Amino acid sequence: MKFAIALYSAAHAPSSRRALRFAEAALAGGHEIVRLFFYQDGVHSASSNIVTPQDEQDIAQQWTTFISQHQLDGVVCIAAALRRGVLNEDEAARYQRPGVNLKAPWELSGLGQLHDAIQSADRLICFGGP
Amino acid sequence: MTKSLLIISRQAPWSGPGAKEALDIVLAGGAFDLPIGLLFMDDGTFQLVPEQNAAALQQKNLTANLQALAMFGVEDLYACRHSLNERGISPAGLAVADVQPLSAEEVRAVIDRYDQVITL
Repeated sequence: MKFAIALYSAAHAPSSRRALRFAEAALAGGHEIVRLFFYQDGVHSASSNIVTPQDEQDIAQQWTTFISQHQLDGVVCIAAALRRGVLNEDEAARYQRPGVNLKAPWELSGLGQLHDAIQSADRLICFGGP
Repeated sequence: MTKSLLIISRQAPWSGPGAKEALDIVLAGGAFDLPIGLLFMDDGTFQLVPEQNAAALQQKNLTANLQALAMFGVEDLYACRHSLNERGISPAGLAVADVQPLSAEEVRAVIDRYDQVITL
């Protein structure tokens, strides 16, 4: 089955961990993930500036590793990201901001990518809230 | 075949960017000519209250954006009647035209009718 996965929560929210575990299980079960779309506070789950205490799960880092390892399409909504200070190199330069906290494999793009993923997937699975 | 999408908008217009971000998904879908419905539920029904003074909260008014939905080809607008009643909002004078108030049973039927559902 082809899944599109949308995440609306930051890396410290349990729903971000649930989304990651679901995505891992989907691939392990032989399914396909057409795209991961990070919206609302979900953009924080893609931030490379998150520092997690050593005895806790570093979910943001795990997301990045997971997406790189499986060469998945990890898309962060650009409007939601800018509003929350999640910037890649281009956007930090464009708005003259001092910090870059979004790097490969993540891509900044628009909501059209969410609609496109919904159209090409069999199922859209959303994770949000706590 | 094109899949239909229902957005369930559950955030009040002044409670943060949630209401606007739900609307943005709808508008983006409308721009791509996709079959999209928008259901206001729970605190999301506060978005339909007329004559809101967003400026008093130093916020932008969402009403004009909601009123423009028809122009973007989004005509399937629904509101949960129970949520309206709970908040004392009259279905008769909503700020957005052609919003259909739905009973709980009709809400279930509408959710069932769409291929995909996003709740924000």
